[in-house]
Amino acid sequence: MSGSVIKVRGLTKRFGAVAAVDGVDFDIPGGSTVALLGGNGAGKTTTLSMLLGLLLPSAGTIEVLGEDMLRHRHRVLPHMNFSSPYVDLPHRLTVEQNLMVYGWLYGVVRPRARLREVAADLAIDSLLKRETGDLSSGQKTRVALAKALLNRPQLLLLDEPTASLDPDTADWVRTYLQDYQRRAGATILLASHNMGEVERMCGGILMMKEGRIVDRGSPAELISRYGRQNMEEVFLHIARQPSAAAVAQ
Amino acid sequence: MTALPVLSPAAAAAFSAQRVAALVLRHLYLLRGSWTRILELAYWPTMQMILWGFISQFFVTNSTWVAQAAGVLIAAVLLWDVVFRGQLGVSISFLEELWSRNLASLFVSPLRPYEMVLGLLVMSTIRTLIGVVPPALLAIPMYHYSVFSMGLPLLAFFVNLLMMGWGMGLLISGLVMRHGLAAESLAWVAVFALAPLSGIYYPISVLPPWLQYVAWALPSSHVFEGMRAVMFEGVFRYDLLAMAVLLNLFYIALGAGAFLYAFRLARIRGLLLKSGE
Repeated sequence: MSGSVIKVRGLTKRFGAVAAVDGVDFDIPGGSTVALLGGNGAGKTTTLSMLLGLLLPSAGTIEVLGEDMLRHRHRVLPHMNFSSPYVDLPHRLTVEQNLMVYGWLYGVVRPRARLREVAADLAIDSLLKRETGDLSSGQKTRVALAKALLNRPQLLLLDEPTASLDPDTADWVRTYLQDYQRRAGATILLASHNMGEVERMCGGILMMKEGRIVDRGSPAELISRYGRQNMEEVFLHIARQPSAAAVAQ
Repeated sequence: MTALPVLSPAAAAAFSAQRVAALVLRHLYLLRGSWTRILELAYWPTMQMILWGFISQFFVTNSTWVAQAAGVLIAAVLLWDVVFRGQLGVSISFLEELWSRNLASLFVSPLRPYEMVLGLLVMSTIRTLIGVVPPALLAIPMYHYSVFSMGLPLLAFFVNLLMMGWGMGLLISGLVMRHGLAAESLAWVAVFALAPLSGIYYPISVLPPWLQYVAWALPSSHVFEGMRAVMFEGVFRYDLLAMAVLLNLFYIALGAGAFLYAFRLARIRGLLLKSGE
């Protein structure tokens, strides 16, 4: 896919006097994997929520897959999906039942066949008959990912996709996502605190701090620009810089 | 991986019966997997019916009014449970989404808020039928009274009381979306505030004159007066039915409006991601 899959201009979200996201502009090229980085409270989740239509911006525009998300988000939602360890699937339903329900919700053709396909891809076949609430964190993450891939999304938004996974499972998930992105030509935007993951998976990075994008570029460009060894050091450097508000005072 | 497309052409349609069915399927799976939930649906209406059945047996020999229509109290308690179960059917189905922190996943899918409303109404109908049909059947061998002997008017009463439950359920669900689980208890108690005004077990004329004006603003008052007209006089009052329908349409529009407004407010305030325990 060529061109920008996401175009954001002047995106702002205020909660009372606090600007959680403050006039953000960015473009995400089609077929790329981009990370949204920043410390806690930087505005990453708020930005993702606005991209998903869960949260209405106070100002600004969002265009996803060529559609204005504020006016026509339902034209786009069938072609995107989302996964986060902080959003659950119903615990009392089996994995198969949950995936079936979401297959129907997304209008997947032959949902049972697609469900089996995704389950095989993510090696969750043996979990299909188990209640979702009985799964381990790692298993839940893989099931949530299966839900996110049911509609074979052109745009995948991931909030900490490997949080609470052991290193082996996390590595497996990263490999799977990279493979999916290549095969489907999909675009992935992820928020993560794992800098190793970001260096490995992402061609672009948007660094957020206090609701603003304070820097952007590829991992190599950022590492070079700040004269550091890796993204972990770049992250710490940016996070520990005095805030704009503190400097003004 | 198979080739695109994986989605049906209706995936982005403004309305999809499949998405409504998906929501219903989710709740049917939940009911199917939990016998305690099914038992809970029928338990209270059955206990109420048994209690009022014995009270009726006592009154038949001690009250000339009840003696004229022996099943009037049983019919009243069963029909009142339609309002309560109808309201719970909407609000509990919605609360299930909050309890399971599923709301965000639902609303990043193509599901539209009005499709959710429709799904909740379908679930309310199913849950109400599960709740009131078993005690209605049980009343036949226990008290030799069949509420079904009312015939077609029963269907009109059932539908109207169910609609009243829908209106209340949507309003309560909207309040829960706006105020979070702190408003959850409304789902269990709100309907009882209307019970004294609905003339379930006595005519509306018993109420003080000023309160009668309030009572006639409720669809349930028209239904229960209509029920007594059928049982005592053998007359079906179309005027009462028409008023009940009109009031129900108004209250459902109000409830749905409140739900959709609360949804928009939740998107402004970021409440959809915060929902849950």
